[in-house]
Amino acid sequence: MHVERSEKMFFIASAALLVVFALAVGISGFVYGIQVPQPVGLVDPKTVATPGADGYHFGDPVEERIRELAPGRYEVYILAQMWKFSPGSIGYGEDPITVPVGSTVTFYLTSKDVQHGFKLQGTNISMMVLPGQVSKLTATFDEPGEYDFVCHEYCGAAHQTMYGRLIVEP
Amino acid sequence: MSANNKLPDKLSTDKLVGWNIGIAMSAIAIGGSMGFFQKMEHAGINLYNTLNAIGIASYYQGLTLHAVLNALVWTTFFIVGFFTFAIPRSLNRELKYPKLNWAAFYIMAIGLVMAAIPILMNVASVLYTFYPPMKANPFFYIGLVFVVVGSWIAGYGFYFTYGDWRKENPGVRTPFIALASLITMVMWQIATLGVATELLWLVIPWSLGLVEGTDPQLARTFFWFFGHPLVYFWLLPAYVSWYGMLPKQAGGKLFSDSLARLVFWLFLALSVPVGLHHQYVDPGIPAGWKVLHAVLTYSLFLPSMLTAFTVVASLEVAGRARGGKGLLGWVRKLPWGDPSFAAQNLAMILFAFGGIGGLTNASYNLNLAVHNTIWVPGHFHLTLGSAVTLTFFGISFWLVPKLSGKQLFSRKVALAQVWTWFIGMLIFSNGLHILGLNFGVPRRTMLGSAPYQQASWNPLFIEALVGGIILTISGALFFTVVLGTVFSKKTLETPIEMPVAEPIDPTPAPAWLDSWRPWIVLTVALIIIAYGPVLMALISNLNMTSPPITGAGFGG
Repeated sequence: MHVERSEKMFFIASAALLVVFALAVGISGFVYGIQVPQPVGLVDPKTVATPGADGYHFGDPVEERIRELAPGRYEVYILAQMWKFSPGSIGYGEDPITVPVGSTVTFYLTSKDVQHGFKLQGTNISMMVLPGQVSKLTATFDEPGEYDFVCHEYCGAAHQTMYGRLIVEP
Repeated sequence: MSANNKLPDKLSTDKLVGWNIGIAMSAIAIGGSMGFFQKMEHAGINLYNTLNAIGIASYYQGLTLHAVLNALVWTTFFIVGFFTFAIPRSLNRELKYPKLNWAAFYIMAIGLVMAAIPILMNVASVLYTFYPPMKANPFFYIGLVFVVVGSWIAGYGFYFTYGDWRKENPGVRTPFIALASLITMVMWQIATLGVATELLWLVIPWSLGLVEGTDPQLARTFFWFFGHPLVYFWLLPAYVSWYGMLPKQAGGKLFSDSLARLVFWLFLALSVPVGLHHQYVDPGIPAGWKVLHAVLTYSLFLPSMLTAFTVVASLEVAGRARGGKGLLGWVRKLPWGDPSFAAQNLAMILFAFGGIGGLTNASYNLNLAVHNTIWVPGHFHLTLGSAVTLTFFGISFWLVPKLSGKQLFSRKVALAQVWTWFIGMLIFSNGLHILGLNFGVPRRTMLGSAPYQQASWNPLFIEALVGGIILTISGALFFTVVLGTVFSKKTLETPIEMPVAEPIDPTPAPAWLDSWRPWIVLTVALIIIAYGPVLMALISNLNMTSPPITGAGFGG
């Protein structure tokens, strides 16, 4: 097969560019500690909101789903359902989730009904929230401020109202 | 050889082509107009109360129409119609079983009606991804199965025709347009196995109440097994035109026939085993498999870059043959006054931006910033909405006159249509990209009514609306041209022939580029490697616990 020299050079340059991109993505991902959700465990959406179900805390009283494990180390169990996240749903009269600056927070989410999404604005935290699955990611908050988390998967007629707030206090 | 007995100017199956393309265009007319109302809503002007009068109950019902009609109906019907036109002419023989292809059309049309009625009744406002456990009326899913199965049968009609051609022409290289179209249909056949499995196993029995629960994570995985190659099913017919027809329309030749074939084989092999790059942030899939799919997705960059080179080089040959000089002087000499050419060339320019954005989406960690944000529709309006749709518009500017036997209604209006689409899409997609990347604005959301909306988003919503208004006008111009042509009294003076680009180098492509077996084996092997263990793990931990949810605010 005859290939023009110019096209061969273009192909090699494209491949080299690709390697550069892949290295940039790989190295930056490593340096910044990029994480994506990994399998945590299976649950039953029909019972996951009952106290103690499957060893998670999605069924605990809302205020007890924010758990301080040690100073500056938190776990938050957020139950997603049409159309609120609990805790943190300020639109439904819940308090925002509040942690001190410098805290490391592990977010656990699951859905009681349809598919939802969880995007914590201004951070790298983005996960799908599916019934039957537990989604988990960890972030450290070095900047005080208000962080909104929004549902970024269509979940029905009032999807656009589904959000909550995390406050990092100075 | 059948070269002596040339096909007649009109084929009996051209009527079938016309029906397919007519349905496709009706779909985008309705689906496209919904887009205008979405952008108005984002900019703070909610017109859905007015739309209630014509039966559109909500933003999300309109969005479902927009997505299903544009992304599934416009594309699939246009592509089947285009191939029904092009394959017989490329092989220089009529379809072997025209009745089979007519049957395929009827099945697709019945499926379309079955799926459309529940959408119009607002009992299937589940968007085109229809993620369970949000449940639509079962007819919506069954209708989709009919459309897919119909498109398979259309493919079988093409394969039978090709089989006969092959028997009569042993050792002859398959003409490029036929080969590329057939590869596209085979890729579609393989890809749709994912969505067919999802529908038949995990969705339809569950939606009918025959089983109590389904597994949303597994359903998503089957969906995206299909969902990514779906975009290549849209794109490859545009490539057929860019490689196989456009150089001829520009007065040039195909720069490299062999590389054009190689590109199609690579898309066959690489389109499917990359779907997990849509699921980087899914909980139930191990990171290692996500990384593997990221690498395989990156490899799709290579056939894309080969296409960029070969197509541009072919046009340069044309520009120079028309007297163009200098490094870029040939660009001005191209037939910009031909709306079919202008549409497709502008489609390619927008596709360059779309391709760069696609690389971003596939990049493992960049994806976290843009996943499910409005950046993504910004991206695919450059690919599906421009590279594909504007190319199909360009094809229509010769195909509609060919099928109707009428002269193109107005070259000037057609050119205005093409340029307004280009400019409108640049403005529109720029706004969406920035909203997604800088502000994390979610996609598929009635944003004008979102309590978390920020004032800083508004200028960009207005930018997107301005683009949307230009696109709406452009769409109206397109239908003016199409209807003006069909109902014109001016019949064609000279018959239109399908443009077929000759290669510069007439040496036949090597045999391995005209051989199905090695490429099918490679395709299946890559799918087994990339998907086998993931699917095995999900199936062995099947979690069929999600009951149908019908209280999502529409009457599912």
